[in-house]
Amino acid sequence: MMNNKSIADLAKGLRSGEFSSLELTQMFLDRIKRHGSLNCYITVTEELALQEAKAADARIAKGDAMLLTGIPIAQKDIFCTQGVKTTCGSKMLDNFIAPYNATVIEKLNQAGAVMLGKLNMDEFAMGSSNETSYYGAVRNPWDRNAIPGGSSGGSAAAVAAGLAACATGTDTGGSIRQPAAHCGITGLKPTYGRVSRYGMIAYASSLDQGGPMARSAEDAAILLQTMAGFDEKDSTSVDLPVPDYRAGLNNPIEGLKIGLPKEFFGDGLSGDVAAVIDAAVNEYRKLGAQIKEISMPNLKLAIPAYYVIAPAECSANLSRFDGVRFGYRCSHPTDLADLYTRSRGEGFGKEVKRRILMGTYALSAGYYDAYYIKAQKVRRLISEEFKNALSEVDVIMGPVTPSTAFGIGEKIGNPIEMYLSDIYTIAINLAGVPAMSVPAGIVDGKPVGLQIIGNYFAEDRLLNIAHQYQQVTDWHQQRPKGFE
Amino acid sequence: MSLTTDDVKKIAHLARLGIDESDIESYARDLSGMLDLMAQMSELNTDNVIPMAHPMDQVQRLRPDIVTEQDNREQFQSIAPQVEAGLYLVPKVIE
Amino acid sequence: MEWEAVIGLEIHTQLATKSKIFSGASTAYGAEPNTQACAVDLGLPGVLPVLNQEAVRMAVLFGLAIEAEIAPYSVFARKNYFYPDLPKGYQISQFELPIVGLGHLDIDADGVKKRIGITRAHLEEDAGKSLHEDFHGLTGIDLNRAGTPLLEIVSEPDMRSAKEAVAYMRKLHELVRYLGICDGNMQEGSFRCDANVSVRPKGQQAFGTRAEIKNINSFKFVEKAINYEIERQIDLIESGGAVIQETRLYDSVKDQTRSMRSKEEANDYRYFPDPDLLPVVVDEAFKAQVKTTMPELPDAKKQRFKDQYGLDEESTTILTSSRQLADYFEIVVKESACEAKICANWVTGDLLAALNRAGLEISDSPVSHERLAGLLARISDNTISGKIAKQVFEEMWRGTASADEIIEAKGLKQITDTGAIEAIIDKIIADNPGQVEQYRSGKDKVFGFFVGQVMKAMQGKANPGEVNKMLKDKLK
Repeated sequence: MMNNKSIADLAKGLRSGEFSSLELTQMFLDRIKRHGSLNCYITVTEELALQEAKAADARIAKGDAMLLTGIPIAQKDIFCTQGVKTTCGSKMLDNFIAPYNATVIEKLNQAGAVMLGKLNMDEFAMGSSNETSYYGAVRNPWDRNAIPGGSSGGSAAAVAAGLAACATGTDTGGSIRQPAAHCGITGLKPTYGRVSRYGMIAYASSLDQGGPMARSAEDAAILLQTMAGFDEKDSTSVDLPVPDYRAGLNNPIEGLKIGLPKEFFGDGLSGDVAAVIDAAVNEYRKLGAQIKEISMPNLKLAIPAYYVIAPAECSANLSRFDGVRFGYRCSHPTDLADLYTRSRGEGFGKEVKRRILMGTYALSAGYYDAYYIKAQKVRRLISEEFKNALSEVDVIMGPVTPSTAFGIGEKIGNPIEMYLSDIYTIAINLAGVPAMSVPAGIVDGKPVGLQIIGNYFAEDRLLNIAHQYQQVTDWHQQRPKGFE
Repeated sequence: MSLTTDDVKKIAHLARLGIDESDIESYARDLSGMLDLMAQMSELNTDNVIPMAHPMDQVQRLRPDIVTEQDNREQFQSIAPQVEAGLYLVPKVIE
Repeated sequence: MEWEAVIGLEIHTQLATKSKIFSGASTAYGAEPNTQACAVDLGLPGVLPVLNQEAVRMAVLFGLAIEAEIAPYSVFARKNYFYPDLPKGYQISQFELPIVGLGHLDIDADGVKKRIGITRAHLEEDAGKSLHEDFHGLTGIDLNRAGTPLLEIVSEPDMRSAKEAVAYMRKLHELVRYLGICDGNMQEGSFRCDANVSVRPKGQQAFGTRAEIKNINSFKFVEKAINYEIERQIDLIESGGAVIQETRLYDSVKDQTRSMRSKEEANDYRYFPDPDLLPVVVDEAFKAQVKTTMPELPDAKKQRFKDQYGLDEESTTILTSSRQLADYFEIVVKESACEAKICANWVTGDLLAALNRAGLEISDSPVSHERLAGLLARISDNTISGKIAKQVFEEMWRGTASADEIIEAKGLKQITDTGAIEAIIDKIIADNPGQVEQYRSGKDKVFGFFVGQVMKAMQGKANPGEVNKMLKDKLK
């Protein structure tokens, strides 16, 4: 089946003429239609996709194709796509046709990738379950009553269900890794600054990072290769050369030093998930890795620090949604104050409002030092802990989530409980280091992800380590029933 | 620490955020819960720690002073709620 | 009771960059609404700021000029408030760590010299404009100005009168134009002033409660607004009232200030470091490089003009009032080889008068420095007299011909043929025996009569020096 092929194999098939991009695209479009009830897509750009597929076929025929040329992929609806509705999962942007392309989109267009459409997500990327989307919850293809994770829930579910060869995601506190884990796919949050944020609608600017969501480490490497790189339009983009991510995939990992922070394996972790992680670590031991228990005592403060910093930044980032220049405007505003309050009150959903309120409070006079400055200090200590740990070991491993995907509706009424489910992912964003989620097991029919955390700009190493695991296991090749 | 419904109203006003009267109570409860969570940070001594605004220890790159942007008003205003004579319109601003 | 005013000024100078502080849109004034507002200036979702190098260079240049400390590490912060001309709902500014620290400026108010402290100067982006003409009861927003770089220069509360405040403002205005960092055009809003005014009983140390008068856009209005505000506060206190800390607006038509209540509510700007921008680092190399572009500053130039050219206070003040005028003058001196005082008289006299009449700046003068130098060179080599030169200058102002071309075409060359002058002198002496008698009997004043007669007979083309000398000889 074409939908199960790796990107490398698809690229080979396109070049050999086994199938055309147009056929491949049509096949994915058909699947998207057939599985519409998963609610992965907010917008399907069928016509555009077919046009792009034709152009890709012509380019392949001319012989100047790149690996992604003609490969049907999908974009998280947080990336601005010129001429195409870009909603960020919000009513606020339900009518927003982006007048420009995000740098990531520009790069993928240049590579000749075919865009199938825009993927569902938690509103403004704020959520861990995809339930905060204005466009409704996404269903997990492994269990339709379970959440796919969030905020890149549409991306993870689409890739898992074979509704795109791969997808883009963004990760502010786990939004690539957690849904990747819940949907049994491979997701990578790169080092902060590795992928341009230009045109990626900001949630928390010092934490947001775009990255690939794919079926395997190799596919992720191919997608990241195009997404990554310096961008002069993003002051926080890092001007370092992008290595060839596929080149080192097959490097042996014998002697790899893996650190297991004991704080990752405490009370909150479900026994089933712990067993999967143990087994995965054991697999690495067999591959010649050395395992070392480490301690990162400040990790537990990552959630409080994050829930000051991210809302603070978001409270300012979302001020531009005011009903004046674009986006939702309330009907018949009586005066300026009414225009603002109602446009924002009606345009934003409850979780977004909660975080704007939290951030506004944390920055307001009299609280700034106690919350914002304190959180930034805690952030530094957490970051130091990662630096120290990563000077002793090559990578840190642990779970991505404390349990498998919970039920739709199960936690939405209790935001704090929801926040706590990001306990293993959030600290990574505070430090800015790269991390991956790799499928490592299935518990009660639902996937479990292994988290691999590396040093700054060590994406190539992470991909290599994940790929080596995927050479000896087949968790990444498992498909949910009905989507094979 | 807990927030009152009045606190919530005050913050909502600062953020120009309309919230339903019926939701104020639950926001007050949720935000108070978050503040409890944040109180954990006070356990950690951070006296001589420099706040970290940014994950990378980098400095601002400077852009050459060149005009690179062209007039794109028509496209930008095609997605605006209300425009006239090239201007964005809003309810009367009183100075 | 005797009262003392305490005044501090916050001056917003638009930096004369080509593009905006955080985007590549043009900063040119006067374009059609919103045609110079790009995605970044409009605050579209997903856009990001990148800092303009030139804005940083200009801020550093200013800091060096006021002998301030340049922050090796400065930070942009977000100042949060909602206003329709502020697209992002926050202004990118500098708060805790501004790029320019404590400096000073020396002023001269009615002959009294005083040093005014400058607390800080920081970079920030300008907002757009709200247009209140009636669009069916709505307000129109033009965001062309949004993102124009501003250097906000904050003084210490060191001024004690409206006169001092204006002297400081003028000095600063002169300085930023000298540095070439601001065009100083107050009508177009390139140089705007907010004044903080309070009063206290003379001798008291503690400051009174201050009011801030916003956006005053001329020197005259600054003086009037401050004077009005001082009177208002004194009257208020003397009649048993109290000044409240508030923002006020100066109404130039009514010549009074009034409270701006709309700006009063909850000024909680929630400043925090902008996570889209990294710390700005100005190292010694950058500073040294900027220093090499430092022009001679007004005070130094004034002193040099006195020393080097022997000019008086009045001419130096006029000539150094702008860098362009000073440069013009110096080029004229150099190229004409004419005496500096004569050059100064020409530039501050005929040239400036003509420019004022035509409403032109020195940079737009129809008579370029080369052409004026060409004219003055002919005075210094005695080709023409000063009087004829004025006639030539008028010709030059109207057209494009050089002084030489005009002198040639109109035959204005001075007659240096002593024979011809002598013949005329002889004739005039012969025709006016009475005056000759008077002169010889000691009435020196009559000498002027002879000079006038000779010049008249020669249509002004005789060399006055030569005529004087020969007349004196003949009349002996």
